Amino acid sequence: MEHLIKVMPQLLKGAVLTIKITSLSVFFGMLIGLIMGLGKLSKRPYFKIPAMIYIDSIRGTPLFVQILLFYYGIPNLYFQFSGKTFTIDPMMAAVVVCSINSGAYVAEIFRAGIQSIERGQMEAARSLGMTHNQAMRYIILPQAFKRIVPPLGNEFIVLLKDTSLLSVIGVVELTQSGKLYVAATYAAFPVYIGVALVYLVMTLTISRFVAWTERRLGVSDRRE
Amino acid sequence: MIVVNNLVKNFGKLQVLKGITERIKPQEVVCVIGPSGSGKSTFLRCLNLLETPTSGEIMIDGKNITDPNNDINKIRQDVGMVFQRFNLFPHMTALQNITLAPMKVRGLSQKEAEERAYNLLAKVGLTDKANVYPDALSGGQQQRIAIARALAMHPKIMLFDEPTSALDPEMVGEVLAVMKDLAREGMTMVVVTHEMGFAREVSDRVLFMDEGIIVEQGSPEEIFNNAKNERTKAFLSKIL
Repeated sequence: MEHLIKVMPQLLKGAVLTIKITSLSVFFGMLIGLIMGLGKLSKRPYFKIPAMIYIDSIRGTPLFVQILLFYYGIPNLYFQFSGKTFTIDPMMAAVVVCSINSGAYVAEIFRAGIQSIERGQMEAARSLGMTHNQAMRYIILPQAFKRIVPPLGNEFIVLLKDTSLLSVIGVVELTQSGKLYVAATYAAFPVYIGVALVYLVMTLTISRFVAWTERRLGVSDRRE
Repeated sequence: MIVVNNLVKNFGKLQVLKGITERIKPQEVVCVIGPSGSGKSTFLRCLNLLETPTSGEIMIDGKNITDPNNDINKIRQDVGMVFQRFNLFPHMTALQNITLAPMKVRGLSQKEAEERAYNLLAKVGLTDKANVYPDALSGGQQQRIAIARALAMHPKIMLFDEPTSALDPEMVGEVLAVMKDLAREGMTMVVVTHEMGFAREVSDRVLFMDEGIIVEQGSPEEIFNNAKNERTKAFLSKIL
C-alpha cells in the first residue's frame, strides 16, 4: 500500500503522457481513417488500391511489430544505405505509429458506417442535383458519423490500452513509469495494480463520454 | 421534352429494358403501369440517370443526358424525383430537407430558400410540421414533404416511383391529392404507379410495360376500356 501511494505521482505523470499520445493519435488517426475509408469506397483504382493495401497491412500485423519496425527498423535501413546513424525521437515515433495503426481501424469503421446508410439517401441527394461530394458532406457523412460513435469510442479505448506497448521504445507512459518503479523496488504487485487502476479510470471515462455523445446525437432519431 | 430512343438496360446478363422508344411532351402527365419486374421503375430511374443505360439515347429539353460531356448534376436540377420509400434525410427537419438543395445547389440564400419552403409546405398542407424530424411524421406526411423537397428546386419535370406503394391505405389519398394539384398546374409528370384510379383520372397517357418493353400505350380511356393487347387485358383483369 505504501508503494502504491509512493508510486502514484509517477504513474499519474505517465498517464498524462499516455493521454497525450492517445489524443494526438486519435486526432491523426481520424484524419487518416476518413481519407482511407473514403479511398476504399472509391471506384478509382489509384485511390482505392493504396487504401486497401494500407488497411490490410496495418490490420494484419501486430502493433508491437510496427513499433519495433518504425523505431529500430527505419534507422537501420537508413544506416544500410548511407552508412550514417540517426535516432528517432521516441515520442514522435509513438504518435506516428499509433496514428498510422489507429487510422487503419478507423478507416474500416468509417467505411462500414458509410455503407450502412441506405442507398436511397445518396439517390435522393443526387436526384436533387447535388454532386457526389455534396451528398457525402451534407447527407451521408453526418448520418454515418452518428452510427460510428460507438465503434469509434471502442477503438479509442483499445488504442489507449495499446499505448502500453510503447514502453518497449522507452516512452515513459503509464506502463513504463510503473516498470521503472518496479525495477528499483521489486514491488510488482501494488505497482501494477496501480497501473491497471489508472487505465481503468481512463477507459471508463471514455466509455461514459461516448455513451453521453451517443445520447446527444440521437435527438433526431426519437419521436418528439 | 423527354425523348427516349431505343433505351436498353442490362443488369449483368439480365436484360431489364429491351429497347424503349418514347416521347413525352411538356405538361403531359404519363402513368406507367405494369406487373412487377416489368422494368417500369428502371425506365423511370434511367430518366435521371440513377441507372446508367446500357445503350440508347435519352434527350431532356434537347440535351442528350447519356452523353458524358453533359453535366448530369445540372440536368438533375430540373428533374425532380419522388421515391417509393420517401428517402427524406432523417438528420434534418422537414424545413431543412426542403431548403438544403436550393441553398447548396441553386445558391439561394437561407431566407429565400425558407420562403420557398414555407410556400411549398402550405401547398402540401404541412406548414405546422416545418420543424419536425421525419421520424415523427406519418408515411403520408413524409411523402408530401418529399414532394415539396423535389419541387423546391423548381424542376421542369417530376418523376414519381410508386409514390404510394409504401403507404398505409388511409394515407394514399393525401399524397395523390397533392399530385393531382401538381398535374392541374401543368407540371410534366412521369408516374410509375399501381393506383389505377389515379392513372385513369389524372393522366393524359398511360404506358403499359411488360418484360422490358412498352406493350401498349394510349389515353386512359383506350387502355382501361379498350385494351387491344392480350397481355394488357390480362394484367388489367387481374388488378381491376
